[in-house]
Amino acid sequence: MLEGGRGGAGLRRMLRRKSAIAFLMSLPLILVIALLVLYPAVYAFYLAMLNKSMERFVGLANFSFLFKRETFWMVVKQSIIFAVTAVFFKALIGFLVAHFVHNVPAKGQRKWRGMLLIPWVIPPAMSTLAWLWLFDPSYSAFNWLLQRAGAEAVPWLGDPYWARFAVILVNVWFGAPFFMIMYLAALKSVPEQLYEAAAIDGANWFQKMWYITLPMMRNIIAITVLFSLIVTFANFDIVRVLTAGGPIDQTHVFATWAFKIGIESNDIPLGACVSLFMVPLLAIAAVFILRDVNRRGVEG
Amino acid sequence: MTQTTLTDFRAAPPAGSTRRDRRRALYWSYFFLVVFVVFFLTPPIYMLITSLKTSQEISAASSPWWVFDPTLRNYTELLTSSVFLTFMRNSAVISLAVVIVTMLISIPAAFALSRMRFWGSATLATGVFLTYLIPDTLLFIPLYKIFAWLNEVTGIEFLNQWWLMIIIYPTLTVPFCTWIMIGYFASIPKELDEAALIDGAGYFQTLTRIFIPVALPGIIAATIFAFTVAWAQFLYPMAFTTSTDQLVLPVGIVTTLIKGDVFNWGQIMTGALLGAAPPLIIYAFLMDYYIAGLTAGATKG
Repeated sequence: MLEGGRGGAGLRRMLRRKSAIAFLMSLPLILVIALLVLYPAVYAFYLAMLNKSMERFVGLANFSFLFKRETFWMVVKQSIIFAVTAVFFKALIGFLVAHFVHNVPAKGQRKWRGMLLIPWVIPPAMSTLAWLWLFDPSYSAFNWLLQRAGAEAVPWLGDPYWARFAVILVNVWFGAPFFMIMYLAALKSVPEQLYEAAAIDGANWFQKMWYITLPMMRNIIAITVLFSLIVTFANFDIVRVLTAGGPIDQTHVFATWAFKIGIESNDIPLGACVSLFMVPLLAIAAVFILRDVNRRGVEG
Repeated sequence: MTQTTLTDFRAAPPAGSTRRDRRRALYWSYFFLVVFVVFFLTPPIYMLITSLKTSQEISAASSPWWVFDPTLRNYTELLTSSVFLTFMRNSAVISLAVVIVTMLISIPAAFALSRMRFWGSATLATGVFLTYLIPDTLLFIPLYKIFAWLNEVTGIEFLNQWWLMIIIYPTLTVPFCTWIMIGYFASIPKELDEAALIDGAGYFQTLTRIFIPVALPGIIAATIFAFTVAWAQFLYPMAFTTSTDQLVLPVGIVTTLIKGDVFNWGQIMTGALLGAAPPLIIYAFLMDYYIAGLTAGATKG
């Protein structure tokens, strides 16, 4: 009895010591997240409610000012078009290319995969420079090919519609390999027996895709699309290097416009205000992920 | 007996046609793979082509897709330019320091979160993952203001200093690295560290003698991730540094090599290729670890 009591106290003390050590080991992580991520994120809300010289609290005046500006609504529209179109094509191309790689004999797959992931490995600011040069108004290598083929030269970055196409194209080029790698890993985890069983039942190519591949890959598709929507919606590098928002602000997304206002025009509160419009999407994503974590907790 | 031969006979033609279908699918796969490889590799190859040209050849009417008069002058000029070497040094020092800081923060935290429960540890593990989703484009303006304020309070110049990146970049690397390390550590059998504890090893010894060696592939993957993220980061140095001697490589190439209307494309492409080289070299030699790091984040999330 006495033994047990003392043992319990010792165990409790040991457990307390254990959690103290564990807390200390996670302290640097907690500090980085609290001071350099959470605090700035909350501070952004406060900043967005100050006047330009940051001396006076103006409430939601910055927001109502933005709502009245035509450029703002253009940026909202362009950000949504940019993110949705780019993610759709990234996912589609990634899905298709993953199938092509999966189809070829296993010993050649590594080589193809290695070449196809290269756009993802190059820092986007550097690879976008190559695209900028490929789209150059006077020396465009694409236009050289087009003119050889007898077509008109295309004003890649000079015309608003072509410029929008160009930023999406570069984003798809950069991001599709990531989807390809994810979907390839997912394809490899689909049991081969399912396809064999389907083949015996006489399922055609489309039925195998619709009833086996897609359901088996549903989770990975949902996660990659959700993540990519966040990252693409918040994209800065590609738009900044390729068009810097031009021509006449037509290709700005939230991040590049916030940079232009907040850093280049030195209106920090208004810039913070613009960048806050990326939060709703983040909140939706967070809800989905937390639900997933909780469900897993119940099942596990 | 007749029954089986009949079904065998009937089964034969479809089997033949699936083999033919399969061969046709294979050829189409190769065809489309070639198409996509061309699409994916055109920009880097065009970088290489342009980097080998002289300014005269670039502005000449000859084919932009071929080098008629190859030269390494762009490379020798950049690699002897003190400005460019400063960019390189800044990028290299920052990236290596960020890798070390990230590992020193992530590995103990992942160990604590995967093995030693404490009050709020489960919430913290989820929180780590959620912070990974907060983009740099949301944080750069408040961070700019915070460091300007810190300068007023402490008198230390934070903005326009290359070393500031060593403080800021861990916000990009630590959450993801901790997350994948939690996954790798959680896959280590509990018996292993219980045996070590029974043998009298402390937590520190359990971590250094068992967890780090066993989870080494995960640590390599996380290191590669941290390095490539730090090397490629563009927004923070773009917003926080302006003096030429404080710039990192991507920002330096984008802002200083493009001067007004005079675009020296040969040098820009050479700079871009040299800026892309470290991640590409790491990828070429450690492709499997690189891909393991990429996929670990999603499959375990």
